[in-house]
Amino acid sequence: MNIDGKIAIWKDYQKHIAADKYFYVRSCVRQNFFPGSETTFLRILREELGKDVYEHPCHTTCTGIGYHGDIVPLDTMMTVVARQFALMTEAGYENLVPSCITSFGIYTEVLDTWHHFPETEARVREYLKKATGREFKIPANIAHASDVVYKFRNEISAKAKYKLVNQHTGKPLKVVEHIGCHYSKMFPDKGIGGAEYPYVLIGMVNDWGGEIVDYPERRHCCGFGFRQYLVQANRGYSIACSHKKFESMQPYKPDMIITNCPGCPMFLDKWQYAIAEMEGKTYGENGQGIPVFTYEEVAGLILGYNPWDLGLQTHQVSCEPLLDKIGIPYNAAEKYDGVNGIKLGKPEKPAVLQCV
Amino acid sequence: MGKIIDKLREDVRFVEGLKACINCGTCTAICGAAEFYDYDPRAVVDAVQTGNDNEIIHLLKSETIWYCGECMSCKTRCPRGNAPGLVIMALRALSQDLGYFVESEKGRQQLAIKRTVGQWILDHGYCLYLEGVGTALHPEQGPVWDWKQKNWSAVLSRLGANYKGDGVGILRKIPEEALDEIRKIFEVTGGNERFNKIEEYSKKKAEEMNLEFGDGMDNEYFSHIYTSNNQKHNK
Repeated sequence: MNIDGKIAIWKDYQKHIAADKYFYVRSCVRQNFFPGSETTFLRILREELGKDVYEHPCHTTCTGIGYHGDIVPLDTMMTVVARQFALMTEAGYENLVPSCITSFGIYTEVLDTWHHFPETEARVREYLKKATGREFKIPANIAHASDVVYKFRNEISAKAKYKLVNQHTGKPLKVVEHIGCHYSKMFPDKGIGGAEYPYVLIGMVNDWGGEIVDYPERRHCCGFGFRQYLVQANRGYSIACSHKKFESMQPYKPDMIITNCPGCPMFLDKWQYAIAEMEGKTYGENGQGIPVFTYEEVAGLILGYNPWDLGLQTHQVSCEPLLDKIGIPYNAAEKYDGVNGIKLGKPEKPAVLQCV
Repeated sequence: MGKIIDKLREDVRFVEGLKACINCGTCTAICGAAEFYDYDPRAVVDAVQTGNDNEIIHLLKSETIWYCGECMSCKTRCPRGNAPGLVIMALRALSQDLGYFVESEKGRQQLAIKRTVGQWILDHGYCLYLEGVGTALHPEQGPVWDWKQKNWSAVLSRLGANYKGDGVGILRKIPEEALDEIRKIFEVTGGNERFNKIEEYSKKKAEEMNLEFGDGMDNEYFSHIYTSNNQKHNK
């Protein structure tokens, strides 16, 4: 085999990911739906890996959901992004790490737009100066939070207490991975593996002991569609997309789903509940759903973190069957506790979807 | 008013998204929206490629341009490097600029997005701020969301948030000076102008439709645009 040729070909599918000194920007979706994932990301980066991750109290949304909901104009979005760059420049950082795929796409789109239409960058610099008095440098590196976890997947694996292996059979767990459209469909060269071979989650799953499920609708959208979910009248679009994926993956009997994007795990979790209640159809074992996780939650699980610190109690599809398969211990009585063991009651059980 | 096609060409997304379409239909084949709605991105690109004002105005007033989910799968697959999704974004921007969006059921929904996501950005600094947004508006969120809503602050604290707190952290209070900068950016870049146009054209449409129009979400027009589906959108 001509290794040089192979390396040359695969070079197109690699990306540079900075090794330290990150400027972290939070996600609108993740903060509301998966706060434990952002907490876990920072815990892993700072406590396990000893990395410098800076968060500026004055950073905000990139406006991505508003931009793709078409209420926020392009110039407004680009200037808000420029303000994030300015905060990073002022703080002395140059490696941007967004916690969101929509944001990652937004930052990438802005830099691409400025590259192809330099007059837009000049205009945005004027807008930012006029609105805030700030100036900025272009980031040296933009890596999605999952890119960073991917980069350090071996280090995480070395510290792991568990593997993505069924403790009863000794076989790797069958894992569906869902990338999120804006990771590499828009700008393939900005994602690990590009649009054809997106490897960011595969790398984690393989290194952590699991086995990837390849299924026909693997690259189909989860169905967010921005306005297609945000407005109640349009949500048929959203559930139809997820439904198409579930129907396609079910014959492969996946043990779990791992996701890259803040919104996708919410949709793949909640639409399983909605489909169960609407159609009586469930996709997991014993009338349950297929458990859905963020990549931070999976990293936290194999590192031995308390599942309730990760926020798995806020998922509608129960995570316990997966924890049992791996052999991860958990305290069922503490699942819905608040800080210091304060009892917060329990959610009601759905009518159809079986929950623990 | 200049030619409509010239207005579209002022939008870099239109320039970037439409070079020379060869009408192969690959975009329609990969399109998630085309599978669900009566929607054909190839036909949209075909129409704008004619440069015919009447055809484009017809599109700007249509349901068609609001069906795309902006997943951008079309951008990956187009063999000529076009992006129908970007063309759609330019069409939607122009439709709102000219007030044509209120002529379609799907277009009228822009007010709902402006009053939720748009308001959250200006008030809280993030696109979503979901305390109090319960299963009445989002029944698909299920009983676990009811539980979380009931214990919102306590659950967030349990998961490491700094809810409404000073400093850094999840769902912290964004300092007022930072929010002022965001509002000023909206003012100087056309964000406020877009928001005002959405409000003004929607108000006129509400009068025409004889529906009560008030602030926020608790009024007849908002409820109508948020929930109405004439069932004529699918194949």
